[in-house]
Amino acid sequence: MSSGIVLSIRKHRNDLIRLVKEPVLLFGLSVIFILLMVFIVYPVFVSARLSLFPEGKFSLDVYKYIFTHNRFRTAITNSILLGAIVATTSTIIGFIFAYALTRTKVPGQKIFKSFVLLPMISPPFMFALSVILLFGRNGLITAGLLGLDRYNIYGLKGLAIVQTIGLFPLAYLTLSGILQAIDPDLEAGAMNLGAKRLRTFMTVTLPLAMPGIFASWLLVFVGSLTDFGNPMVIGGDFNVLSVQAYLEFTGMGNLPRGTALSILLLIPTVAIFLFQKYLLRKKSYTTITGKSTRRAALKATPLINNLLFIVCLIVLLFVLMFYVTIIGGSFVWLWGLDWSFTLKHFAYSFDVGLETLKDTIFLAVIATPVTALLGMLIAFFVVRKSFPGKHVMEFVTMMSYAIPGTAVGIGYILAFNKQPLLLSGTAFILIACYVFRNVPIGVEAGIAALKQISTDIEESSTNLGANSTYTFRRITLPLITPSFFAGATFAFVRCMTAISAIIFLVSARWNHLTVLILAQTEIMRLGVASALCFVLILIIMVFIGIIRKVIGLGQEKIFGTVS
Amino acid sequence: MLNEQIDITLSISDKWEAEDLVLRNIVKTFDDRRGGIVYAVNDISLTIQKGEFVTLLGPSGCGKTTTLRLIAGFEDPDRGEIILGRKNINNVPAFERNMPMVFQSYALFPHLSVFENIAYGLKVRKIQADIRKNDVEMALQLVNLIGLENRYPGELSGGQQQRVALARAIVLKPKIILFDEPLSNLDAKLRAQTRIEIKRLRQMLGITAVYVTHDQAEALSLSDRIVLMNKGKIEQIGTPEEIYNKPESLFVADFIGNANFLEAVVEDIGEESVVVSLQDRQVKIVKENTCSGLMEGEEVYLIIKPEAVRIGKNADDFKGKISSKFFLGTSMEYEIEFEDSIITSIQPNSGDLDMSIPAGEEISISFNKNYFQILKKD
Repeated sequence: MSSGIVLSIRKHRNDLIRLVKEPVLLFGLSVIFILLMVFIVYPVFVSARLSLFPEGKFSLDVYKYIFTHNRFRTAITNSILLGAIVATTSTIIGFIFAYALTRTKVPGQKIFKSFVLLPMISPPFMFALSVILLFGRNGLITAGLLGLDRYNIYGLKGLAIVQTIGLFPLAYLTLSGILQAIDPDLEAGAMNLGAKRLRTFMTVTLPLAMPGIFASWLLVFVGSLTDFGNPMVIGGDFNVLSVQAYLEFTGMGNLPRGTALSILLLIPTVAIFLFQKYLLRKKSYTTITGKSTRRAALKATPLINNLLFIVCLIVLLFVLMFYVTIIGGSFVWLWGLDWSFTLKHFAYSFDVGLETLKDTIFLAVIATPVTALLGMLIAFFVVRKSFPGKHVMEFVTMMSYAIPGTAVGIGYILAFNKQPLLLSGTAFILIACYVFRNVPIGVEAGIAALKQISTDIEESSTNLGANSTYTFRRITLPLITPSFFAGATFAFVRCMTAISAIIFLVSARWNHLTVLILAQTEIMRLGVASALCFVLILIIMVFIGIIRKVIGLGQEKIFGTVS
Repeated sequence: MLNEQIDITLSISDKWEAEDLVLRNIVKTFDDRRGGIVYAVNDISLTIQKGEFVTLLGPSGCGKTTTLRLIAGFEDPDRGEIILGRKNINNVPAFERNMPMVFQSYALFPHLSVFENIAYGLKVRKIQADIRKNDVEMALQLVNLIGLENRYPGELSGGQQQRVALARAIVLKPKIILFDEPLSNLDAKLRAQTRIEIKRLRQMLGITAVYVTHDQAEALSLSDRIVLMNKGKIEQIGTPEEIYNKPESLFVADFIGNANFLEAVVEDIGEESVVVSLQDRQVKIVKENTCSGLMEGEEVYLIIKPEAVRIGKNADDFKGKISSKFFLGTSMEYEIEFEDSIITSIQPNSGDLDMSIPAGEEISISFNKNYFQILKKD
């Protein structure tokens, strides 16, 4: 219909006219667009180009090499195998926790809730380090308690354990959201019609939670696929893609091949992300409304309650054991051989790590507010404004969450190593990496917050004579402040615990604590690595504690912005 | 009354300068989910004179709210002009239009106090603090909210919130105030009270107002003129009496006052009147109650309001049977089987306890012929 086309052209023209009337808005939008293009799209583009045009001419040789050589083929299959195992175990454990904490009256729910998210604020390979201390060749449990000689925890076994511990909270978050949204009246209705508990669960609860279970599985799968720190520490002979990409790129200096491997990592991740975001979400039965009227969950039988309680308790104790081990490890002379108390690891850490620690905090402190502000601004534009290219903006931003750190790191190195964008070796490249990798968190937090504020409120401000800038400053911003801080906190944690991307970007001048810990672990200075981990966790906890004190946020609020 | 003693210095600029608001051939479309286009407002033209209280009335989805939002500048028309005074304001952004709106959801700023909410628009306009304070206090008096200025919206009742929203609008001395279903979140009693309040304020201040509602009682009682809308188009514009008594289309007749539709055939078209046959009888209807373009032998609808359907015992009246009855307090509503259809009759409450006629009883019906209206079937 030609009149339809005319109308739609007019609509775009109207949007443009609106923009021109508000130059601040136009300027802001333009700057954001340029930044997104330069720091999210361009690096991926440069990577893809290098892997497809290794010597300036189009060729698939690099990919051909990868797919015909065993080392890389096993890396691909290993990554998928590991991902599938971890996704399954994490989702099961996550579901048990989510069910116990949202649908039953298991005792100690408050305590469980405050501990279950702990792994999300931990350095990426802390659990790997801990597993070595517990189950390694000189492990406390394997060698010490069980007397096993030269027990080998490295490889698939160990990786599956540590990734499950690290990723089940993500499954829990996804699933508790879904389970909370299932109206208990539906279960009551099933029972009222004569279904027993198990039948109710199988025919009502589980089917309704299915989209969430699927989503959680996929999210954890991606998490496992893109994990770099754990396989690096505890992978042993078990080759995975992210580590291979790193080794090829930095170790062997084979840039096209390393890049191609990172692209192979990127393709499934992005595909799953898109599937999750645009298909699965639409299929979901439950929509989370703003209604706060939560009816009481049905009472479970004591047997089920006790069973759930015991399972949750065991998992939680297991997790806590890893933390205790790290703390212990940082205070004993030589793990497995000499258990005497010492502070020498801290002294040594102080010597080698003080500058790095300062750098790490400095970079995070700079990047965090920038991330949160940019996120809020984008959320505001996406939710409240209508302008040409809006969907592109939302898509690119959200996409950045899906790009594996390895691909980002490689992309940044390739994209920003020459004028006019010569950034490698500077603090700026690290900050940019933090900001654009974490900005989706800020955006999601902002979108969630903005959707709770009815558009009427902003419109009435406009209606009373305030322009966009004034309205944002005086009305929108004060109302979204809590979400702003929640997003900022999570972004800060991610800056402090980053590794997969920044390992490519650190330099002699600007280093990161996680990279230092990794180096110490590799040379088997486990005491120092433990001490550094402990310090890192302490800093994060203190920061979160301060934020929560100041604005009274719950943990779920902070991390609820991820999934 | 308290309010009459208030010297309305709020309107320092006296009756604020009012101007005609003209909508000319306005079209507004939205994309639907399947990639098509929905016409929310389809070629509407309308003039709202200064000082006039005009209501946009219609069922949900008729385009009334979209029209209001177009006037406010929240949406841009795809086509057509919005003219204030002599100036085309199509491209004037919402924040420069000075047409404060009273929202259905009140849309008060939850983090600002009552005082700050009302002062918001003045502050945006950089009005000096002392004048601002003075104006806000005056507005508070106008809506009887003195003493609540330091409360937050969350601490107020729905009616109080709505009055804050009202004060926030009138404090700006606007040319035009827009109302978007302002009463629909209030309970029946508060709704009646606030309706009176709005009427009193507009008489006192002489505001030009555009008022959107789906409630015909509100529209009939508040408006100077009603614009009845359906499917993005205007069905009829007129005074409340015209809209109610002289509907020009079947839609209007049906929407306002639940009119009965009786099937009839045009017999004779004379100079002064039209004769139609209703069942086997002839009914003469004065010319002003008929529509143009009628032909002899044409099947038409005779429209009659329930209150003009009388129930009696005369032998030469029409026959019917009560199928059910509803006691409404002020009146008794009967559903009557009449020929093949059901018609409604409303009888005023006589005060007798046993006045009502039981369901199933055969009755005779007569019509107050002055109420009859002829409308074409189509």
